[in-house]
Amino acid sequence: MVNLAQTYFIEVMTIILYCLLIFVPLLLGVVMALYADRKIWAAVQKRRGPNVVGPYGLFQVPADGLKFIFKEIILPDGSDKTVFLIAPIITLALSIAAWAVVPVQAGLVLANINVGILYIFAISSLGVYGILMAGWSSNSKYPFFGALRSAAQMVSYEVSIGFVIITVLLCVGSLNLTEIVMAQNTMWFFIPLFPMFIVFFISALAETNRPPFDLPEAESELVAGYQTEYSGMPFVLFMFGEYINILLMCAMTTILFLGGWLPPIDIYPLNAIPGFVWFLLKVTFVFYLFAMVKAFVPRYRYDQLMRLGWKVFLPLSLFAVVATSSILFFFNIAPGM
Amino acid sequence: MKIINFFKSFLLLDFLKAFYLAQKYFFRKKATINYPFEKGKLSPRFRGEHALRRYPSGEERCIGCKLCEAVCPAQAITIETQPRDDGTRRTLRYDIDMVKCIYCGLCEESCPVDAIVQGPNFEFTTETRKELYYTKEKLLENGDRWETVIAENLEADAKYR
Repeated sequence: MVNLAQTYFIEVMTIILYCLLIFVPLLLGVVMALYADRKIWAAVQKRRGPNVVGPYGLFQVPADGLKFIFKEIILPDGSDKTVFLIAPIITLALSIAAWAVVPVQAGLVLANINVGILYIFAISSLGVYGILMAGWSSNSKYPFFGALRSAAQMVSYEVSIGFVIITVLLCVGSLNLTEIVMAQNTMWFFIPLFPMFIVFFISALAETNRPPFDLPEAESELVAGYQTEYSGMPFVLFMFGEYINILLMCAMTTILFLGGWLPPIDIYPLNAIPGFVWFLLKVTFVFYLFAMVKAFVPRYRYDQLMRLGWKVFLPLSLFAVVATSSILFFFNIAPGM
Repeated sequence: MKIINFFKSFLLLDFLKAFYLAQKYFFRKKATINYPFEKGKLSPRFRGEHALRRYPSGEERCIGCKLCEAVCPAQAITIETQPRDDGTRRTLRYDIDMVKCIYCGLCEESCPVDAIVQGPNFEFTTETRKELYYTKEKLLENGDRWETVIAENLEADAKYR
């Protein structure tokens, strides 16, 4: 009996340790991403950004977080309280869960499953539930419209993201994320699949509700979209979920197109640097592009957003799938055949 | 024309240009100042917090003529006067309601003895409304504290009056 408890204890402890191994770096990453976001945005507008709390304002985000923790959690009178409180938890939990299969280095992955990319795709598609639940349970018009917009937007761009992923998978012959990275040993996929790289990047912006596609929380029309009624800790959960999703999309771009943890050229001083550093650098670079886009592109109109998703990206990515598979078939270079 | 536009939008030329521009501005000198630590330059005519000045002898300048009270468009000033023992007229009360005040500077303009002035201080927020009802003591104290700067500013502006 004692033996049994011991084994279970150790098992549970290992699981908790693994959770922390994902959660703590992600938390730090989100803090840095929030800070970088504000700093880059400020720099483009010739402002200084946060620079008072801590050295170079680095503690601004933790300070904001502390402020939110001590704020009252307001439950709107007409809201569905259970769903209202579950929604942010779902958003955060799903966004963290997707990170379980993201390899940061060869072998350095929590769950090296065969269908890693499908798993990420499935989990990030579920993410829309949190937003829908938030919009519905708030029982107020702005969150409702925000949630409707968000759902429509995420669904339409997921289609083109799916096709882009299929083109990459055609070139790899595997759904395993580690193998996708290893397939880019000779050439990163953003060179042969450059148009798809652009489509994926823009769709990732739309998928994570980033500007210029931040219509679900367009403050000029919808106050703050589905987050309008949230305050205190639930709001922080939403914020974290959103930024973890953004980081996930950056990581996905890195894995699918920028060669994951592989160095740019496989020569001595470059390949001596550990893989996760390259991975981190690339994710940072993609996030930098995300932040820059926020700084210089104005928000799209809703019909423009839908037009771009359904009438431009969908045919384009569909054509790319056909073209890629035709080329791979006729030149007989399709992997795994 | 349509074809050119088609290729322009497909090659994302506008966005590349915008990215280049944003990147250029990224490294430009900041337009904002580091406010609580460095402050922008103020004109000598700046109309900030009020102050009642004194003569170098320590005698208060205000003679209780009530011109400022009469000219004040927001009626923020309340003055009560009484002759002093030496026969001069002095103020008993000199209250400014800083909440009503619109900082127009007419009190300063109307004062024949340069007693009431608006100094360079603009950071006098308070936590309660009550603290913004300035009394004579508060105004005289302001005058003592800001006298050097106020005198400099008055002198710098004197030739334009």
